[in-house]
Amino acid sequence: MFSGFPLFPEQASTLALGVDGLYFFLVLVTAFFFVAISAALLFFSVKYRRRSPHEWPAEIHGSLMLELAWSIVPFLICVVIFAWGAILFFSMNRPPDNAIEVSVVGKRWMWKLQHMTGQREINELHIPVGRAVKLTLTSEDVIHSFFVPAFRVKKDAVPGRYNVMWFQATKPGRYHLFCAEYCGTQHSRMIGEIIAMEPADFQTWIQGGPAPESPVAAGQKLFAELNCITCHRADSQGRGPVLDGLAGSTVKLLGGGTAVADDTYLRESILVPAAKIVDGYQPIMPTYQGQVSEEGVLHLLAYIQSLKGQAGAAGAAGGNK
Amino acid sequence: MSAVVAAREPQLPKEHYLNADYGVRSWLFTIDHKRIALLYLASVTFMFFLGGMYAAAIRLELVTPPGDMFSSETYNKLFTGHGVLMVFFFLIPTIPGVLGNFLIPLMIGAKDLAFPRINLLSWYCYMAGAGFVLYALVEGGLDTGWTFYTPYSTSFSNTNVILAGVGIFFAGFSSILTGLNFIVTIHKMRAPGLTWFRLPLFVWAHYATSLIQILGTPVIAVTILLVALERGFHFGFFDPARGGDPILFQHLFWFYSHPAVYIMILPAMGVISELVACFSRKKIFGYGFVAGSSLAIAVLGFLVWAHHMFVSGLSVYASLIFSAISFLVAIPSAIKVFNWTATLYRGSVSWQTPMLYAVGFIGLFVIGGLTGLFLAALGLDVHVTDTYFIVAHFHYVMVGSVVMAYMGGLHFWWPKITGRHYPEWWARVSAVIIFVGFNLTFFPQFILGYLGMPRRYHYYPDEFQVLNVMSSAGASILAVGYMIPMVYFAWSMRYGRIATANPWPATGLEWQTASPPPTENFAVTPTVDEEVYDYTRPPKEPTFV
Repeated sequence: MFSGFPLFPEQASTLALGVDGLYFFLVLVTAFFFVAISAALLFFSVKYRRRSPHEWPAEIHGSLMLELAWSIVPFLICVVIFAWGAILFFSMNRPPDNAIEVSVVGKRWMWKLQHMTGQREINELHIPVGRAVKLTLTSEDVIHSFFVPAFRVKKDAVPGRYNVMWFQATKPGRYHLFCAEYCGTQHSRMIGEIIAMEPADFQTWIQGGPAPESPVAAGQKLFAELNCITCHRADSQGRGPVLDGLAGSTVKLLGGGTAVADDTYLRESILVPAAKIVDGYQPIMPTYQGQVSEEGVLHLLAYIQSLKGQAGAAGAAGGNK
Repeated sequence: MSAVVAAREPQLPKEHYLNADYGVRSWLFTIDHKRIALLYLASVTFMFFLGGMYAAAIRLELVTPPGDMFSSETYNKLFTGHGVLMVFFFLIPTIPGVLGNFLIPLMIGAKDLAFPRINLLSWYCYMAGAGFVLYALVEGGLDTGWTFYTPYSTSFSNTNVILAGVGIFFAGFSSILTGLNFIVTIHKMRAPGLTWFRLPLFVWAHYATSLIQILGTPVIAVTILLVALERGFHFGFFDPARGGDPILFQHLFWFYSHPAVYIMILPAMGVISELVACFSRKKIFGYGFVAGSSLAIAVLGFLVWAHHMFVSGLSVYASLIFSAISFLVAIPSAIKVFNWTATLYRGSVSWQTPMLYAVGFIGLFVIGGLTGLFLAALGLDVHVTDTYFIVAHFHYVMVGSVVMAYMGGLHFWWPKITGRHYPEWWARVSAVIIFVGFNLTFFPQFILGYLGMPRRYHYYPDEFQVLNVMSSAGASILAVGYMIPMVYFAWSMRYGRIATANPWPATGLEWQTASPPPTENFAVTPTVDEEVYDYTRPPKEPTFV
């Protein structure tokens, strides 16, 4: 392997080692069966080559034992691969609790990212080594896909919903960020870099420059600007539900049924309020579709999530330092 | 006996389906399944070379990292055109349309398919679809990728989505009608004595394929209709800005388009079974298991579609189920490969061109199939999906396997179709060229994919160049490999050595009538009193000439 002609991607995340382990196991399985089948084909076709046009070999009746053997052995190998892949997939879909949170909005043809401390980046993401980073992805237009080969992770950014992915870089460096879902003309230019830094360097980077507005603060401002506060009051006297402690709770809906107030639910309730009405309230909220940008929605969500009583809000904000 | 036959120079029969009538009308209004097969042969060959030209342009552009030959708009139209032409107008219709059409009535001892006029209608549907799509490609093009993902296709693309959709809609009806025709024919028109377990595996494979065509294709038709309604009339099925769900489109699309892979590969597997039996002079080992595995693939193939969507945000538990069933569908494919290999054991193996293709098929299908396991494994799919790894995988299955089988079948039945032999030496050489060119084109793409090069990329980082150059070099070899048969097939129609009724010789009713067969296929209704693939003694002299 010399530079300029790599045959294997860099391993730069905690997940990469596990994925590569399964990859090499499968390469071995593939090579084994390819060699075995090819060898058998060549051996038989030489050993039993036609020596005269008048050869009419005796029939061999099938063998149930063989059929069972070459059904059950591949099945067992498949069970192992399935379980291995599933375990990896579970760990990819379970971000650690202490992860740094970053929101990502895909837009033709750029990646817009924002740290919970407020720093915005475009087509670049600075992260510290040795610390899990959780991304919440969405898109302003078509489906994109956030792909970092060196980390062996990929997730679609789908308009109208939030997908979550996470990774933890293991060594400092600059790594490719690709859009992996075809999104139109400049799809192959929708690329960027993940810049993994030593924790101390990352601290310097994130504290450099003027202190930006955090998403929670931006959300609070937007909450006031859009006059959400007139209905969603803190004291349960408003015409809309109280938002304090709402995020993550289970909501009773009009006409029976419940919904978990996750990001996707909150987003829908802002943009398409009539979709799910909370029990005990009138469907009077106007839609905010088109009035608030994807980033704006993310800020509102950050603000609503911070409304978990004073202690909870402080904890959430402090957790991202 | 054969010395006597060899001493007598074979002659073409006085009257056969090719000289039964002359003129354009006799072809365009024919209801003879053999002539319709040749209509398909001409049209799919045209589409294959057209699609190949798109591929050549793509590979040429990818020789250098920056997109310096075409604009990105053009590049996107190139890979879309390549995909649409090859998938919907070559891979899906080819083996059923050409070989299935020609051979199924002959193999079961029938005069024609059950509905000869509907068979002709199938071809016209195909041609109408091809007309719409070619017009869409020429007149502005299409840039959605062959997958038409929403909301890009419904709300963002400025190209001919609806027009191309109409074309695919028509091609779909062609596919449905062909499937319907095959199923009825296989059920109702088998010759006396030809029980289900005496059917050639080619017929079993087409039966399984037809089930998928009938059950799956209507779903893609409905999906295209929804896309057209959303694009043309702003319905909100898929675009979240109108309250729709873009992921719903992916479910609907893959519910057809994954089984569509089996519409391509099952008939190819049927061809391989015929070739392996004939050139090893052996009944296919585990005949019942090979036949049953076609049906198992057809059924299980409908339950794996969401394995295309593991990074779309599908729930973890749904992903688990689709991953598990995807592994299950690997088992019947493995059973086939092992049985084909075992068929050679104690056989009498001869390495004529069709057998070269058959052995090439098995080798490439093993790689294509096993790399499918990489993609079924959830945690590994996350990294390789939407990269060149997947491009390499499906080309190993669709080109390495399906096209190899089609070429093998075309050579095998060429003496039956035309009454003449192709030149054996040239055919062997081009089979080897295709095998080498294919591997050089697509093997580097596995490595590129694992390195992380996304598919559908016009510009790519410098470090991927060496592998891309290798791939493009392979593509040029592959192109030569496909040109040579074009030339010698055309040459052999007039100048090839005249074939006997059963030149290989092989079992099966299609070899029991003249080469080329008469319009009514058999002079007398055939009866069958022997088991399938009985190669323990010389096949009997053609009796139904």
